[in-house]
Amino acid sequence: MSLTNASNATTAPRPMIQTAVRDASADETLPVADLKPKLRVSKLNFYYGGFHALKNVTLDIAERKVTAFIGPSGCGKSTLLRTFNRMYSLYPEQRAEGEILMDGENLITTKQDVSLIRARIGMVFQKPTPFPMSIYDNIAFGVRLFERLSRREMDERVESALGRAALWNEVKDKLSQSGQSLSGGQQQRLCIARGIAIKPEVLLLDEPCSALDPISTAKVEELIHELKSDYTVVIVTHNMQQAARVSDYTAYMYLGELIEYDITDTIFITPKKSQTEDYITGRFG
Amino acid sequence: MSAAEQVPSAIHSGNRLYRERKRTNFILLVISGVAIGFGLFWLVWILGTLLYEGGHALARATLYYQMTPPPGADGGLANAIAGSLVMVAAGTLIGTPVGILAGTYLAEYGRHGWLAGATRFLNDVLLSAPSIVIGLFVYSVYVAKVKHFSAWAGALALAMIVVPVVVRTTDDMLKLVPNTLREAAMALGCPVWKMITSITYKAARVGILTGVLLAVARISGETAPLLFTALNNQFWSTNMNAPMANLPVVIFQFAMSPYEDWHRLAWGGAALITLAVLVLNILARALFRKSD
Amino acid sequence: MSEIQGRQRVRPAPWKDTAFEWLTRFFALLVFSLLVGILLSLVAGSGPTLQKYGLSFIWSGAWDPVKEDFGALIPIYGTLMTSLIAMLIGVPVSFGIALFLTELSPPWLKRPLGTAIELLAAIPSIIYGMWGLFVLAPLLQTYVQPLLISAFGDVPLAGALFEGPPLGIGMLTAGLILSIMVIPFIAAVMRDVFEIVPPMLKESAYGLGATTWEVVWRVVLPYTKVGVIGGIMLGLGRALGETMAVTFVIGNAHRLSASLMAPGNSIASALANEFTEAVGDVYYSALIELGLILFLITTVVLGLSKLLLMRLVRGEGTRT
Repeated sequence: MSLTNASNATTAPRPMIQTAVRDASADETLPVADLKPKLRVSKLNFYYGGFHALKNVTLDIAERKVTAFIGPSGCGKSTLLRTFNRMYSLYPEQRAEGEILMDGENLITTKQDVSLIRARIGMVFQKPTPFPMSIYDNIAFGVRLFERLSRREMDERVESALGRAALWNEVKDKLSQSGQSLSGGQQQRLCIARGIAIKPEVLLLDEPCSALDPISTAKVEELIHELKSDYTVVIVTHNMQQAARVSDYTAYMYLGELIEYDITDTIFITPKKSQTEDYITGRFG
Repeated sequence: MSAAEQVPSAIHSGNRLYRERKRTNFILLVISGVAIGFGLFWLVWILGTLLYEGGHALARATLYYQMTPPPGADGGLANAIAGSLVMVAAGTLIGTPVGILAGTYLAEYGRHGWLAGATRFLNDVLLSAPSIVIGLFVYSVYVAKVKHFSAWAGALALAMIVVPVVVRTTDDMLKLVPNTLREAAMALGCPVWKMITSITYKAARVGILTGVLLAVARISGETAPLLFTALNNQFWSTNMNAPMANLPVVIFQFAMSPYEDWHRLAWGGAALITLAVLVLNILARALFRKSD
Repeated sequence: MSEIQGRQRVRPAPWKDTAFEWLTRFFALLVFSLLVGILLSLVAGSGPTLQKYGLSFIWSGAWDPVKEDFGALIPIYGTLMTSLIAMLIGVPVSFGIALFLTELSPPWLKRPLGTAIELLAAIPSIIYGMWGLFVLAPLLQTYVQPLLISAFGDVPLAGALFEGPPLGIGMLTAGLILSIMVIPFIAAVMRDVFEIVPPMLKESAYGLGATTWEVVWRVVLPYTKVGVIGGIMLGLGRALGETMAVTFVIGNAHRLSASLMAPGNSIASALANEFTEAVGDVYYSALIELGLILFLITTVVLGLSKLLLMRLVRGEGTRT
């Protein structure tokens, strides 16, 4: 790994917002300076014990858009994602400092219960994680945490969630079977359906296709495209083509720092930083 | 799903269902804390009682050099302590090689054969089998044949408890030895038996030793298998072919008696055994932890 | 150079390899045949009663050494009842302990707490028995049992369980002590299987807003149920065969009584108390057949436990 411009990476990050270009071709995708933020991250630092994993990260996540985090392994992209729903709070040795504002409330220091934050910000993981229960109950599990629905209402909710996840037709005749009996791709869509069934505001996808075959990957990507009409979607991916295909905004991270954040097309066609360009063109990483 | 926008979200702290769930969660987590308190409570209580009741007896030197007394008299536990030591040592010496060799077969030769699979399974059952049944077995095949209780019979019964423990740890520990180590030895032209005895045994020795220590701890307090084998002996005896005094059976007999003196000695013996067993256990853990 | 050549000239001895392999195989066979040997010797030993009573031995409530009339019903009932009490108390407590150790305990406290609970298993059973007789039984007699009798004694049906004078010793006391003894075994297995649950699966449930309890009860427990049942069976196997602790406190009365306060007998304690004093072939044989029954019950329970735990380990690789 030749890193001729490593010195750049260690310089203090500037607010990337200023580097954005106003691009007329992306008509509805506003430049990062003008986007309508759902989450506002500023000066976020994260530590695994003594290891400093995120360094002064500042960026805005656009509402009802798809934002992708890319970068080499260990760059902190998954860590950043996991701060949004406070997943790190499960582990006592992990801690975050800084600000993540959602609706004006700092998620890191809030007195609000984390389980409420997590319910408002859904998450899908690298590997499908169906619960050891039926397909129906996999969806109903989350809904029952916050709503008391009649049998009919619940049936409708399960159907609509599975429908949104483009899974209904494949599983409608076997709702009482175990969620673990499905194929890998179906399981992952089940997990997405489970996530949207409780009507969150933000959906976090942590490399959702890394364990899937190409056909399943295509289905999930299509799904992501449709989800953004209702949800703010943030996706971590190690696959640059995937980021280019599905996202509106892309953030490139390296060694815990946000190197460049812009409209996806800009990042992939005319990146401002040579470091980003090196990564995107495959010269490194 | 614009419904998500029109219908106000259920996800907020005023949600009644959510508040009920929070409360349930809180109550059950407190109960879980109580559960661990429940476990620790007995441990502390039992050890405390032993120290309180037995401490006094332990501090008296007569405990260690006087023989077990007749009812109503004062005395010590010297013969029982010695008998226990002898039988535990003999049981360990018989059981350990058997266990190690059998465990070696399971891990080194028969990894995939039916014999190893079946033996492993039966050994695990034997590991938790009631020890009184083992006493019955040794009684029927040995004591009943030679027509007298003896220290050998007791040692044999204890050995049968040692074997499954040692088989299990030897098997587990040898399986942890990386195959590359075996291959490296074989590549030097080392014969298999030599590879096992001088390479894999060495790599696994701490683990195996831990297993032996735990087995010793376990048999030190075993009472049931000695009842029908070693029986008991009020006097000092070094004859392995005769009944021999031992702490557990003396404790049993003395505690069940109506005599205060005997009760005191029983508490002393109980404290002594527990102390020894706990020390052995902690030693085994410390040893094993240091190795990884 | 010459030294190396000299070493090479040492002739390999293939017989040593064969001999060592057969040596280890011999001892493996020995262990293999131990269980079979125990079974055969017990069957042989119970010949006279097997001939005299056949299967009716199992449900006969007789136990009269003078008339030489024996039956296993009372000790079997005592063994099963005390183990049932032990499970009713021990299983929920073990679950709570495993839950605390895996989900709630601060990391620095996990190991000391886990070790402390495991040490409960290291205390010899005779200590439990003695402590039960001298410390626990009098306390139960004075404080707990009168309370139970006055609270439940008059309830129809259930009242029968709490009838009679508070003696301290009896089924309930034996069951309670057994429960303390099996807790470390069940809790250790539960903790171990809870820890193999993939963190991502738990995170998924937390990610939906589930509480710790919901994650454990609805996701972790179903995911590990095979192993948990295996752990419970392991504890049950130990409770059924436990001898000394029960012998001290069960009361050793060959009497069938519905009340948990009443003294009774278990298979293991009948053996411990009577075996060395038994006279006559039939008496011996009856006791050995009791041992055979105990051995069969525990072997089935422990074998099942082992099979379940093995299934969990095998299933591990295939599930995410």
